[in-house]
Amino acid sequence: MSESIVLDIQNLKSHFFTMKGEVPAVDGVSIQVPAGKIIGIVGESGCGKSMTAMSVMGLLRYPGRVVGGTILLEGRDITHLSRKELSRVRGNEISMIFQEPMTSLNPVYPVGRQVREAILLHQKMSKEEATKQVIDIFRAVGIPEPEKRYHSYPHQLSGGLRQRVMIGMAMVCRPKVMIADEPTTALDVTIEAQILRLMKKLCKEQGTSIILITHNMGVVAEVCDYVYVMYAGKVMEQAETFELFENTRHPYTQGLLKSIPRLDEKPDRLYTIEGVVPNLLHLPKGCSFCTRCGLAVERCSLEKPRLYETGDAHGVRCFRYEREVSLDGE
Amino acid sequence: MVNDRKDLLAEHEALETGRESVFNMEYGDTAAQIGEADTWQDKLRTLVRQNKLAAFSAVLIILMILIAVFAPVVAPYDHLKQSLTERLSHPSMAHWLGTDELGRDVLSRIIFGARISLTIGLVPTLISMAIGTVLGLWAGFYGGKTDFVIMRLADVMLAFPSLLLAMVVMYTMGGGLVNIFIALSLVNWASTARIVRSQTLSLKEKEYVEAARSIGVKKWTIMFRHILPNCLPSLIVLFTLNIPSAILSEASLSFLGVGAQPPSASWGLMVVRGKKYLFSEPWLSIAPSVAIMIVVLAFNFLGDGLRDVLDPYLKEQ
Amino acid sequence: MLSKVLKRIAVSIPVLVGVVLVIFVMLRIVPGDPVTTMMGEHVNPAVIEKISREMGLDEPLYVQFFKYIANALRGDFGTSYRLNRNVTRIILDSFPNTVKLSLLAAVVAWLIGIVAGIIAAIRQNRLLDRLFMGCALMGVSMPVFMTALVLQYLFAFKLKWFPVSGFDSLRAMILPAIVLGWNSAGSIARMTRSNLVEIMQNDFIRTARAKGLREHGVIIGHALKNAMLPVVTMMALQISSMLSGAVLTESVFGVPGIGRLAVNAIETRDMPLLQGTVIFTTVLIILGNLVADLLYNVLDPRIREGA
Repeated sequence: MSESIVLDIQNLKSHFFTMKGEVPAVDGVSIQVPAGKIIGIVGESGCGKSMTAMSVMGLLRYPGRVVGGTILLEGRDITHLSRKELSRVRGNEISMIFQEPMTSLNPVYPVGRQVREAILLHQKMSKEEATKQVIDIFRAVGIPEPEKRYHSYPHQLSGGLRQRVMIGMAMVCRPKVMIADEPTTALDVTIEAQILRLMKKLCKEQGTSIILITHNMGVVAEVCDYVYVMYAGKVMEQAETFELFENTRHPYTQGLLKSIPRLDEKPDRLYTIEGVVPNLLHLPKGCSFCTRCGLAVERCSLEKPRLYETGDAHGVRCFRYEREVSLDGE
Repeated sequence: MVNDRKDLLAEHEALETGRESVFNMEYGDTAAQIGEADTWQDKLRTLVRQNKLAAFSAVLIILMILIAVFAPVVAPYDHLKQSLTERLSHPSMAHWLGTDELGRDVLSRIIFGARISLTIGLVPTLISMAIGTVLGLWAGFYGGKTDFVIMRLADVMLAFPSLLLAMVVMYTMGGGLVNIFIALSLVNWASTARIVRSQTLSLKEKEYVEAARSIGVKKWTIMFRHILPNCLPSLIVLFTLNIPSAILSEASLSFLGVGAQPPSASWGLMVVRGKKYLFSEPWLSIAPSVAIMIVVLAFNFLGDGLRDVLDPYLKEQ
Repeated sequence: MLSKVLKRIAVSIPVLVGVVLVIFVMLRIVPGDPVTTMMGEHVNPAVIEKISREMGLDEPLYVQFFKYIANALRGDFGTSYRLNRNVTRIILDSFPNTVKLSLLAAVVAWLIGIVAGIIAAIRQNRLLDRLFMGCALMGVSMPVFMTALVLQYLFAFKLKWFPVSGFDSLRAMILPAIVLGWNSAGSIARMTRSNLVEIMQNDFIRTARAKGLREHGVIIGHALKNAMLPVVTMMALQISSMLSGAVLTESVFGVPGIGRLAVNAIETRDMPLLQGTVIFTTVLIILGNLVADLLYNVLDPRIREGA
């Protein structure tokens, strides 16, 4: 990977402190985000992908906390920023959009005002100029009649329009990285495609990198340049999108891909990965996927595999690729 | 509200941390989905562990009930015995809280007064809540005209400032403790009725109630066997929080001279009679006031604690 | 919007009639003849009968009721037995004092209550939160007359900062206002805190944080307006409990207000006066609730814009 890395997450660990013990929700995750690229993080619910995003944004709330690792934004460590410094980064250099456009906007203020607030927070600008900029960004994200919509309240907009507003809010300060946490999950399929196309276009035009968090392999294939597959707080496999789909290595990723129903095949029943996501408090001693893995051998339940490099910037956390070089910093 | 934390919560489904209240506060409504439902014992244990103040209040309340029951044994003097030689004596070893204008021991009167306050707190509250529960169930279950009439009646009752309404009842029936009983029983049913009605409305739609109805279980049986038990947590909390307001009402009525009549040892009456001597013997009015405050505070703390564990959705009225 | 307002007003009318009916009936099932109670037992029955007729007490109850309503709508609440004056006039004489007392108390309650509630919510589960919420519960639990007596003893008697009683100067109004406000401040603080804590769980709060707002900006800029909407409704409920408290406060500080009037009416068994004061205050409360309801509709864009 020779491109310049905008966001470099190294060995990030975020834990939950519960009465029953410390829960490693994010357990040593390393992710590199090159400038102007779209990075996908895929996994089932509960694999720690949202927690990773929240950790980067500094939005983890009690009882969750970042306990280790570093987050570098253009080489600057933002892991240990004060609240004040952090608030200058949020929304300005890194922004985020959320899964639920219905509830992510404050119901008692017009949407334009909420977007303008982001501009006024980070840029020295008069209110009039900021308002004009909001209308510009509304036009850019494809909101019809932006002048009129500026004064609309969230409940007057459709889900797709609201998510466009959220994207506008996230893009208006031209951030270096935008994190999109399941941005299309709550939307209709037709709207989903529009929103994804919009994000891809903005990413190109403004040079913003995007971290796209999703559980949908189809979405990944469509928009992402590079993919990380997460399971139980760890990265299981990482590769460029094409490479991942062509040479799927990890049994978990294979399972994920196999569970997508295909039109050209008519299986008797849909494929599922057997078993459930393990309780993070009582993870297996060895590989966390070993309880559900069809290829597991005795060693898998005893030792933890590292993330092994298999060439073509492809990393796999499985003993079957052990002969290759380890990517883990450990 | 349910969807917005879907992902976070899904991530925690594996964590089984249902019983942590801090956790519940942050990650909210879906905490109940994590882990199994809490039993009564669990909830009480949580209360004792997490809310020391509520647990302490519970102990205090039991202690006060014991003192009230055994007042003749506990009180150092007869609360009605006058002694003109010992009028208005300051607090001393013989009379810890001094004596009043008729030479009666203030501490003994406060101990006997606890009987009045606690009975007033418990009995009329029980009666008014029983009325409110039945009317609420009835209105919620039958709906239509019944519902309309009962709820408009409740609206009327709730429109009055409670003290003024109680005063009017006292005017009609005359002073005295028994009449306070009746007044408070009649006046306070409306808020219970409203809450029970709204819970009945939502419970009515539940599958098991539909099922019971479809197999022809009688309406009243459904109401009392299936719906009422589900209202119980709210009712318990409401009961605990209605007790102090009844105690305050009695004290206020007696303070205004339309409640308990002399020589009763009602705390409110003691305060108003001691008020004349506020600047020379302040303990005469302050001591019974403090007694009222402690009882009310204890019930409020307990009620708050119970609400947190039993019924987080019953908000401050 | 207009139809909603009219509907809301229409719903209040049966309640208004109900209130008058309840008080009217309750005061007429008093055992004994009101005129005899008023004049004393030894008065000539013929005189009593004559007075009864003059006051219209010999007519059937429902006739009396409709006459009462008709007169009340014209602003006439009858004549006081004892003071021999028009009840409306008596009420209007004392009413300004109660209004002054309640308004001052409301200012006290809102200042203390909202500020304490916000601080407690920000410092959730920390020392300041516990302290403020403990005080708030004390405020709710302390009988109004106790606060009154303690403050009177300390600030009027010991320190001599304020007069012991009366209501003729702003100085004299301060203590009663604090007493009355303290009680409501407790509930307002608790309500503000619990609403804020709940609102802070919302997604749009996360958005506000992600935007780069700092915590106090999030609370004041985004959470407060949402949290205050239900508190507006609370304000209306407070009018009712505040008037209850005013009865006690006025009694301790000798404020010649409407609460004192009610207590005096009971003491002197002055039925028309009691009836007038109770109906007057209750109607006021119903109107207050109505205004608060409509205010809520105006403040909440989800309702105002007709979602």
